Amino acid sequence: MIIPALEYYLVLGAALFIIGLLGVLVRRNLLIVFMSIELILLGANVTFVGFAVALDNMLGQAFVIFSLTVAAAEAAVGLAIIVALSRHRDTLNVDEINTLKG
Amino acid sequence: MADVAWLIPLLPFVAFAINGVFGRKYLKKHTGLVANAGVLGALVVSVALFITQLDHAEPQSVTLWTWAVSGDFALDIALRVDALTLVMLLVVTSVSFMVHVYSIGYMDHDPGFWRFFTYLPLFVFAMIMLVMANNLLVLFVFWEAVGLCSYLLIGFWFERQSASAAAIKAFLTNRIGDVGFLIGLLLAWYVFGTLDYDEIFAQAPAIAAATPGMLTVICLLLFVGAMGKSAQFPLHVWLPDAMEGPTPVSALIHAATMVTAGVYMVARFNPLYVLTPNAMVVVAIVGAFTALFAATIGLAQNDIKRVLAYSTVSQLGLMFMALGVGAFAAAIFHLATHAFFKGLLFLGSGSVIHGTNEEQDMQRMGGLFGKMPVTGSTYIIGGLALSGIIPLAGFWSKDELLGATLLAGGMGYLLYALGALASFLTAVYTFRMIFLTFFGKTRMETERFSHVHESPHVMTLPLIVLAVGAALAGFVGVPPEHGLIHNYLHDTFIAAELAGLVHKPSTTFVLGVMAVSTLIALFGILIAYSVYMRGLPAPEAVAGRVRPLHTLLVNKYFLDDFYDTVLAGGTRGVGWLFAWFDLNIVDGLVNLIGLVVSGVGGGLRRMQTGRLENYAFSVVLGTALVLAFYIIMVR
Repeated sequence: MIIPALEYYLVLGAALFIIGLLGVLVRRNLLIVFMSIELILLGANVTFVGFAVALDNMLGQAFVIFSLTVAAAEAAVGLAIIVALSRHRDTLNVDEINTLKG
Repeated sequence: MADVAWLIPLLPFVAFAINGVFGRKYLKKHTGLVANAGVLGALVVSVALFITQLDHAEPQSVTLWTWAVSGDFALDIALRVDALTLVMLLVVTSVSFMVHVYSIGYMDHDPGFWRFFTYLPLFVFAMIMLVMANNLLVLFVFWEAVGLCSYLLIGFWFERQSASAAAIKAFLTNRIGDVGFLIGLLLAWYVFGTLDYDEIFAQAPAIAAATPGMLTVICLLLFVGAMGKSAQFPLHVWLPDAMEGPTPVSALIHAATMVTAGVYMVARFNPLYVLTPNAMVVVAIVGAFTALFAATIGLAQNDIKRVLAYSTVSQLGLMFMALGVGAFAAAIFHLATHAFFKGLLFLGSGSVIHGTNEEQDMQRMGGLFGKMPVTGSTYIIGGLALSGIIPLAGFWSKDELLGATLLAGGMGYLLYALGALASFLTAVYTFRMIFLTFFGKTRMETERFSHVHESPHVMTLPLIVLAVGAALAGFVGVPPEHGLIHNYLHDTFIAAELAGLVHKPSTTFVLGVMAVSTLIALFGILIAYSVYMRGLPAPEAVAGRVRPLHTLLVNKYFLDDFYDTVLAGGTRGVGWLFAWFDLNIVDGLVNLIGLVVSGVGGGLRRMQTGRLENYAFSVVLGTALVLAFYIIMVR
């Protein structure tokens, strides 16, 4: 099996991270923003995996499983909130969801 | 007896305090009596004190309390009683009392009656303290205090624009002199380490030997103060304007007492001045020049009080001339006689103004003698005394100081020429004034002329008393150089004799000077008679012949205009420049700082958008920058 060099992992992780980050900063739709956060997490996970392979240390792989689990739980809670919010406010535009702003 | 010396200043002060507190509401017209009582008390105590010290006035000082102590330096409030002080006290209190009596009549209808009789005793108090002071600082304090009283009384009718302007002018002009005085005082303290008269005099010879230049500077600076207070050229401009004040004020403050403070001060510091011949020369030249300068202006003035004002400036100049040649006793003698006859002339002019219903222009008077015989005859006595006609007071004193300049030799001949010319002009303008006012056909409207009346007794009585003084006061100085006043002041002015400045004239010399003086005065009177009574030549013709000179004299050598445009205008210009600088540069800088801060603030405010994504972006950007920095530097 050909094992890609560490650089590929890192570039992919960084790309995912940047895409997610830009999504969080630029997009207005809360659902998209939520998805972008997932992308950031994935970018971090890819980096974990890359280092785990490069260092031949399984602890990184195990940590990714952990973080995916947490991400799944978080996605469940977050999506539930988003569903509740869209039902309540009829919008998912983050600029309009500002009731708590001072 | 010197123990009661403190009563002399205290009594006028009490009168001032009573009138000041209770005058407006309760005393009203009675303030006149209170003030008169206070000043009369001072006069009585002064006379009593004088009598006890008649034979020999040993300098004494009565310490009232110690004002301030600092290390070796102690400042006592002490009253000095010596021959010079006693002479000054007699002059000040007696003329003051006459003026106070006169003022009751003169100010009778004035709504500010109580205010007048509050300021006047205050002035008397300050003037008494000035002559009784025993150290320079006390002298300076009361020097300023009489200046304040002068300011208050010149501006007494402050609702008149010209009066308040004249008061400010007097105050400011005096301030220029006072700055010189103050610097001189500080230098004296620096050099001598004390301000006490006797201690200064004791150290003076040593200082003169060590640093003669310093002593000259001190004397000159003190003289600058005297020039301001005694209205010497070029600081004389305030005195003629000071005639805006009520006439009794002009008589008391601006003729008899306050303006002689400069003469008194220089005479008091005679042990210092005799040690610095250079300063003496300056004093003599300024005095002689002022004497002639003011006398020429006096020739062409039409306001009766202004003529007298310029005459006062001129006579003060003669006194300084005498001081400058070391004839201190002659100067004080002339100061005393001048106080009587000039006080008399001013009160007489006040009586004329009162009787003609506020007319001051001599061109609109004439023929008043028949209507005002008492005022007229006393006025003529004063005029004769001023012109120096034997045997009136002015003759003896003026003659003596003119003789002293001749005896001084060298520059003295020039001084004598200036002084003699000034005396000649004095006779001319004095009798021009008398002829224009009292004789000839009246130039008043018939209606107004019929209302001219003699003043009430309360005003004519002081005139008569002062006329007696003006006639007889000269005899304290007879025979010349050995009269009562000379012997009395001999010890005070011993320094001049030790310095070899006193010359014993021969009898022929004295008689010769007397003859010349008398001829000069008579010639002056004759010219005035010829021009103003006979019209040979007519005054207009004379003026036409010397038109440029006449214009110059009428306009007082344009000195007031010069001061107004160049000095006052220049000051205003500099003030404008500073105001511009302040408004534009200083305020501009401050505004600029404000603008920058608010601009930066406005810029920074835009960053506080309240949008979460912007904040998030800056967090990302910051992190990226830190990372980039870390990567670059670690590599």
